[in-house]
Amino acid sequence: MIRTSGLTKRFGPVLAVDGLDLDVREGDVYGFLGANGSGKTTTVRMILGLVLATSGEVELLGQPMPRRARRVLPSVGTLVEGPAAYPHLSGRANLRLYDAMGGAAGRRDRRRRVDQALEVVGLQAAADRRVRGYSLGMRQRLGLASALLQRPRLLVLDEPTNGLDPQGIREMRELLLRLNAEGVTIFLSSHLLAEVEQLCTRVGVLDRGRLVVQAALADLQAPTGRTVLVTPDPAAAVGVLDGRVERRDGERLLVRAADPAALNAELVHAGVRVRELAPERRGLEDVVLESTSGLPGESS
Amino acid sequence: MIRTELVKMLRRPRTWVTIALLNALPTLVAVLLAVTDLAPAPGEGPAFLSAVLTDGTLFPLAALAIVLPLLMPVAVALYAGEAVAGEAAAGTLRYVLVRPVGRTRLLVAKLVSILAFVLLAVVVVAVVAYGVGVLLLGQGSAATAGSVTGFSGTSLSSAEMVQRTVMAVIYVALSMLGVAALALFLSTASDSALGAALGALAFLVASTLLLTLDAAQALRPYLPTRYWLSFVDLFRDPILWRDIVRGVVLQGVYVAVFLGAAWANFGTKDVTS
Repeated sequence: MIRTSGLTKRFGPVLAVDGLDLDVREGDVYGFLGANGSGKTTTVRMILGLVLATSGEVELLGQPMPRRARRVLPSVGTLVEGPAAYPHLSGRANLRLYDAMGGAAGRRDRRRRVDQALEVVGLQAAADRRVRGYSLGMRQRLGLASALLQRPRLLVLDEPTNGLDPQGIREMRELLLRLNAEGVTIFLSSHLLAEVEQLCTRVGVLDRGRLVVQAALADLQAPTGRTVLVTPDPAAAVGVLDGRVERRDGERLLVRAADPAALNAELVHAGVRVRELAPERRGLEDVVLESTSGLPGESS
Repeated sequence: MIRTELVKMLRRPRTWVTIALLNALPTLVAVLLAVTDLAPAPGEGPAFLSAVLTDGTLFPLAALAIVLPLLMPVAVALYAGEAVAGEAAAGTLRYVLVRPVGRTRLLVAKLVSILAFVLLAVVVVAVVAYGVGVLLLGQGSAATAGSVTGFSGTSLSSAEMVQRTVMAVIYVALSMLGVAALALFLSTASDSALGAALGALAFLVASTLLLTLDAAQALRPYLPTRYWLSFVDLFRDPILWRDIVRGVVLQGVYVAVFLGAAWANFGTKDVTS
């Protein structure tokens, strides 16, 4: 759905994006991670044809961008760096205007499309109020509604949960998962690891303009071959396991053993009580920390 | 896209506030004239003003002559300067472009909406001035006789007057296109709507100043404000076409140059707002 090769953008002396090879496949919920200033937004803008690449290619829905923007963009819904609307108009009037722009969609079904989009994001009640009076969360919903107007095949969302309260974030997540289940591919840029971890099937990590990781989330989180053991008898456990304990932290032991079931049997057999036992998995945070120079999301 | 730009223009409160303010000065002038009965001597002050005391139906032309040199360009420069820079500042520009609206299309739609704004403003000024003129200054004896005296001393019938007033309205609107195109170009170059508007106004101030300077004689025919007031030539008998035609051609050249510059600049610009 999105494929870039050697995508590079230079702003004067600053290399903002450096030789990016993105690969977002149909049906993905792709999490695009990176610290602020790592080049996420510039990349998103290049994909959409707002910023022109210094070198490299962008392919969107199989078509070269920005040359085929007119063909491709009607099937793409976007939310780039926060929502924007005409403040003196109502939410509904804004959607009608956005829907009319570009001329890809007919006028006949406009009312229905607008109503539907308002309903999906839960904004019907405020639809006829001026956007000037909207809260940030309502503006975000309106932005998402305008992205969904023309039933896109691909959603490109830049920090979509910005400004939403926990309830709103949860609703947004459920909405995105539902859309994905209906076949919409989602490309989501974020600096919030937890958000990406809960939502995405594939991740790409950007560090100072370079893509340092691109893999399925499940692969990144594959078991490490170690098992975490919590026991009220740590000393006894260390005796039984004899050299396989990599780290001891109070009652919590990190054991080199790929199969927790076998380990459990062995411990119980030796009379060591087990409180918790689980294979160790790397969190996304560990992956990102290992592959980048700094902690993403240290500020927002 | 042109339709959506027109809808945006018409639904903006600012459009109507601007037009209302444009009408304030001519109305004030009419009130002062009606109260004091002191008209400027013929040949002095804004064109037509000396005549309106005897015939209120001429006031639309006087009103156009009042707003044209300064107020109208300010309104147009503000409106056109906002066209792209304002959307960029509000953040809507990126969403407009990804709908997608082609950049050239957007520029043309913006220029059309500016032209529509100018026409609307000029027509409203003329209509309001007609009402105000008839109400406050009364219909002159000439109007009741079905004719008024043109600049050349011969009589113009009412039908001719209406026709020529319409032509004057169109001419005044066209005169604003040069400023509009310049402000539009600056609007694509700057992210500040105010900066673009002031830039365009600075250009006009310079043009007006150079017009008064004998040493700038050679530049005169190319200055955008040179033929602005030539619309009075439409009321001579026969119509003195020379300056009118030159005025229209000159505005056309300014539009071509600045729209071209706007296109060249905006077509390949990184939209980072």
